[in-house]
Amino acid sequence: MALDNESQNQKRNFKVVGTRVQRPDGIDKVTGKARFGADMSAPGMLVGRVLRSPHAHAQIKSIDTSEAEALAGVRAVVTRADFAVIEDDEFTADTLDNCMAGEKALYDGHAVAAVAASSTAIAKKALKLIKVDYEVLPNVTDVDAAMALDAPVLHEGRANETVPAGMSSNVVARHEFGHGDIEAGLAQADRVLERTYRTAATHQGYIEPHACLATMGPDGQADLWCCTQGHYFVRDLCAAILGMKQGQLRVTASEIGGGFGGKTTVFLEPVALALSKKSGRPVKMVMSRSEVLRASGPTASSSIDVRIGMTKDGKITAGFAELRYQGGAYPGSPVEFGAMSAFAPYDLEHVKTVGWDVVSNRPRQAAYRAPGAPMAAYAVESAVDELAKGFGLDPLEVRLKNAAREGTKASYGPTFPAIGLEATLQAAKDHPHWAAPLGENQGRGVACGFWFNFGGNTCVSMSITPDGTVTVSEGNPDIGGSRASMSMMAAEELGISYDRVRTIIADTGSLGMNDVTDGSRVTFAVGLATIKAARAAKAEMCKRAAQVWGIDEDAVIWEDGAAKPAGPNAGEFPPMSLAEIAAIASNTGGPISGHHEVNAEGAGVSFATHMVDTETDPETGAVKILRYTVFQDAGKAVHPDYVEGQFQGGAVQGIGWALNEEYVYGDDGVLQNPIFLDYRVPVASDLPMIDTVILEIPNPGHPYGVRGVGETSIVPPLAAVANAVSESAGVRMTELPMSPPKVLAAMKSK
Amino acid sequence: MRYEAPTTIDDAVRLLTDGSGDRRILAGGTDLLVRMRSDMADPDVIVDIKGIEGFRDITREDGGWRVGAAVSGAEMGEHEALVAAWPGVVEATNLIGSTQVQGRATMAGNLCNASPAADSVPAMVAAGAVARVVGPDGTRDIPVEDIPTGPGRLSLTQGDIIASIFLPDPGAGSSSDAYLRFIPRTEMDIAVVGVGVALTLDDSGTCVAARVGLGAVAPTVLVVEEAANALIGTKVDDAALDAVAAACSAAANPIDDKRGTVEFRVEVSGVLARRAAAIAKTRAGGAA
Amino acid sequence: MSKVHVSTTINGDPVEYLCEADETLLDVLRDRIGLTGSKEGCGTGDCGACSVTVGGRLVCSCLMLGAEAEGQEVETIEGMADGENLHPLQQKFIDHAALQCGICTPGLLVAAKSLLENNPDPTEEEARYWLAGNLCRCTGYDKIIRAVMDAAQEMRGAS
Repeated sequence: MALDNESQNQKRNFKVVGTRVQRPDGIDKVTGKARFGADMSAPGMLVGRVLRSPHAHAQIKSIDTSEAEALAGVRAVVTRADFAVIEDDEFTADTLDNCMAGEKALYDGHAVAAVAASSTAIAKKALKLIKVDYEVLPNVTDVDAAMALDAPVLHEGRANETVPAGMSSNVVARHEFGHGDIEAGLAQADRVLERTYRTAATHQGYIEPHACLATMGPDGQADLWCCTQGHYFVRDLCAAILGMKQGQLRVTASEIGGGFGGKTTVFLEPVALALSKKSGRPVKMVMSRSEVLRASGPTASSSIDVRIGMTKDGKITAGFAELRYQGGAYPGSPVEFGAMSAFAPYDLEHVKTVGWDVVSNRPRQAAYRAPGAPMAAYAVESAVDELAKGFGLDPLEVRLKNAAREGTKASYGPTFPAIGLEATLQAAKDHPHWAAPLGENQGRGVACGFWFNFGGNTCVSMSITPDGTVTVSEGNPDIGGSRASMSMMAAEELGISYDRVRTIIADTGSLGMNDVTDGSRVTFAVGLATIKAARAAKAEMCKRAAQVWGIDEDAVIWEDGAAKPAGPNAGEFPPMSLAEIAAIASNTGGPISGHHEVNAEGAGVSFATHMVDTETDPETGAVKILRYTVFQDAGKAVHPDYVEGQFQGGAVQGIGWALNEEYVYGDDGVLQNPIFLDYRVPVASDLPMIDTVILEIPNPGHPYGVRGVGETSIVPPLAAVANAVSESAGVRMTELPMSPPKVLAAMKSK
Repeated sequence: MRYEAPTTIDDAVRLLTDGSGDRRILAGGTDLLVRMRSDMADPDVIVDIKGIEGFRDITREDGGWRVGAAVSGAEMGEHEALVAAWPGVVEATNLIGSTQVQGRATMAGNLCNASPAADSVPAMVAAGAVARVVGPDGTRDIPVEDIPTGPGRLSLTQGDIIASIFLPDPGAGSSSDAYLRFIPRTEMDIAVVGVGVALTLDDSGTCVAARVGLGAVAPTVLVVEEAANALIGTKVDDAALDAVAAACSAAANPIDDKRGTVEFRVEVSGVLARRAAAIAKTRAGGAA
Repeated sequence: MSKVHVSTTINGDPVEYLCEADETLLDVLRDRIGLTGSKEGCGTGDCGACSVTVGGRLVCSCLMLGAEAEGQEVETIEGMADGENLHPLQQKFIDHAALQCGICTPGLLVAAKSLLENNPDPTEEEARYWLAGNLCRCTGYDKIIRAVMDAAQEMRGAS
């Protein structure tokens, strides 16, 4: 079978891709049938519960579990002593330590013990019977305070070789990116703006708490059901922590009730497996909301210094940013992504960023939608806005003048291929929103954002059933409609209707390794593998047709869902449809399937421009979002509804980050707001409709031109909202969240 | 733990006093169940008062409206005559939490939760509401402002049950009330500041009676007499509203916490008092 | 601890159960009756994922005791469709892509149904305020509100 030309593929007239079909899991999800993490049970199941540190930083001198173990109904109690020592892998060792504290409790909510009991009431009672002797230590939760030389130290000796001598032991890594000569560039500017910006830590805020059901037998074979963004990664991490062979643990991903990066690691899973192993019974564990907020993985808080030079006609002469992120109690804050992405939307001759990874007495951060990028974009886009407005220039024109485009050497190293930033800026300029009048106390802000997008390990298997329907098996949990997208791409490639394809998420025993659902990789990488698997199936079907017709398989092509002779010289045969080929598969060589395994590269970067109008109450500092429009490059929107949904959802998470969401710690290092009452995510009445404009600048690395879209959408809103509020409040805001007390205080002090 | 659902108030009082242990009253449950869930309460007996005769009734009595202790905010909001008489009290009760919570939460429960930030309490205080308390020592009527004595503390004793809240008719003239709160979002938050204003205008539009309740800025909801005095005898004009704002800001004695700063609460006390007074005036038929 | 015997009606079915005195209606529905469509997102009445109606009134089942359901009519997401016919709201949620992960969807549908029973012709603002106690973290609410408004219009046309 002759292969299609990719660039022609991208320009083809799509029949299924680009339409708005109904998702396959829709009915289960609107009728309550869909099974999420906490919805599974097993015969003889026990309830697992975790005892958590009430202290932000404490030496664990001893743990006495004897009374808990003696309580009727308690079947197992585990502490760190029940886990093996992990010596040669810092990431796995840190993950274990985060799941079950070792010598020290490092944050409020850190797990110190767990029980499995026959009922919730008994499990709760057992936790109260565990005696932990703590020696409370001084704590630090602020990033700048944690970098001070006299700050309480979490770990000694964790700084890597990039950290200069003489810094606090809490500083664990330094990252630097850029090119050119900053000082020379700044010297060419008519104005150099220097500002410090701060952002609070926020949580992904998925509505489904972490949950799992573990079963482990005395032979070491285990099954795990859990809500996760990556069940293969869960398998590998749990196996490493528990000293199991990966093949002995089968992980099945439940439906997942939101993740946004927060479900890319493990918290309960190794503990549930250990409890199941010790008790010999299935163990179910479900976090409460306060456990989720205290002890899962929020994102980093940040403190960022920016220096940008601009000429009076709006040319950026140089950009510098120093970023400090605390990522909780272990190394690994997303500051490197922040330092890489800060100036990505700009074509700069002189650019440099330095990022510092800092530990503090907070829960270990996990990925949160474009991890590290929103804070960096907030700082840079605020500064660019202030400079542009200071010169009386149009902020969209200034961005267009300096925009990264094809051929730009990005601040983080690579040279961009075809990208869509200018298209989003131009669309924003041409949109009626940009020209709409504003009233008193109202302001309009714009900002750009960027995300790299990932590819990664991907494995797809496609089976052609005897009646000519198709099942696609893939290994990435569907977090926002990806099963629909995979079915669409399979149908498109096979030339059959969407309703003849069903996509399922296979367990870890059924497919090769798949990387986590993260980095906006799924529609790109799994889509690519699905298309390639379909091509493999088509090649096989062409071969079968050739066999029936008695002609060479190279003389058969696939068109409109059927095998056909390639031309008049190949012979005169009527097209043989997929269903016809499937029906006689037993007689032509057996079942037909297609596979594709790849470590995908070529995930095209995605840019967005956001525009927002706000109104500020001059007497209370309350901010209302009046209008919001997202302009983003999707490469090719496979299912436009769900592309729009990603744009809207990211924008609103960003609005929450900008206005009201924050982790509030007291001096004692205890989280003050571990419930949704006081961790204030946006509610329906806070918002207008979120308008969207999808741009399609094809990604050369994907057969249909697809780019990931899920993460870029949270990058611009922090700065867009800040720029609007700064205008509507009449004072430049440099700290998030812009909660009413802060806005009112800023207005009164201007 | 035991669950009891008595049908008479005598049985309820007996269940609350009969024997030892932690005995709690359940009406809407929107505070008690949260406390139980957060391990802040672990009662031995829960006494559900919703089945007691009259506890779910809104009744017109000589001289005022009586609202049963188990009447939810949503039920108040659906009672047209009550809304017409006390729009501020009803809106204050009916904006506690979500629609879901409004279907359960009660004024009496909101009062007995003894939070300084309780939404219905400043409005009740402004309305001059009186709680009817039934307990081991019989029945007595207590002004609502005398019931909470501090965060989480009440002047009531074990076995006392608030059976109803009485909203007395205002004196001669044209009366109305209003409640405003400040929250960071548009819904679902605890008040950072809450202000209830009730006032009566005579035929000339002069304010002849007023009460102002101020919440979330002190250990208990405040009765701000200086603010009421700033209204009485005026046409509730800009100068009077300025004086109301100044009196409420002066009366506020708040703390810094995760929901707001001292400076913010002092400032916004005045802003909301001014706005609430203006709304109450308009509702009472005063000229704009 | 003594258990409470409760006779109630759930989605039209007569149901009896024994529950602990402190057990929430949500836990009864999920763990005793096997109706796992109602979700626990917070346990404190702040997210609405456990929304059900009791006696026709919208409540958070996490903020109500199982014991309180005695003699009541409880309706959950599992009772919303009529056999294989989806309720118009359910169909509109699918048509408008008003769900991404779907965890908040049961609670939002129950709350939206209650809205339209109380107010068949809501403004967008009324819909947003009625649904403010139902958190959704995926969609930014845009498509949810569109689905609710569209269902309201269709239901008005049908009646």
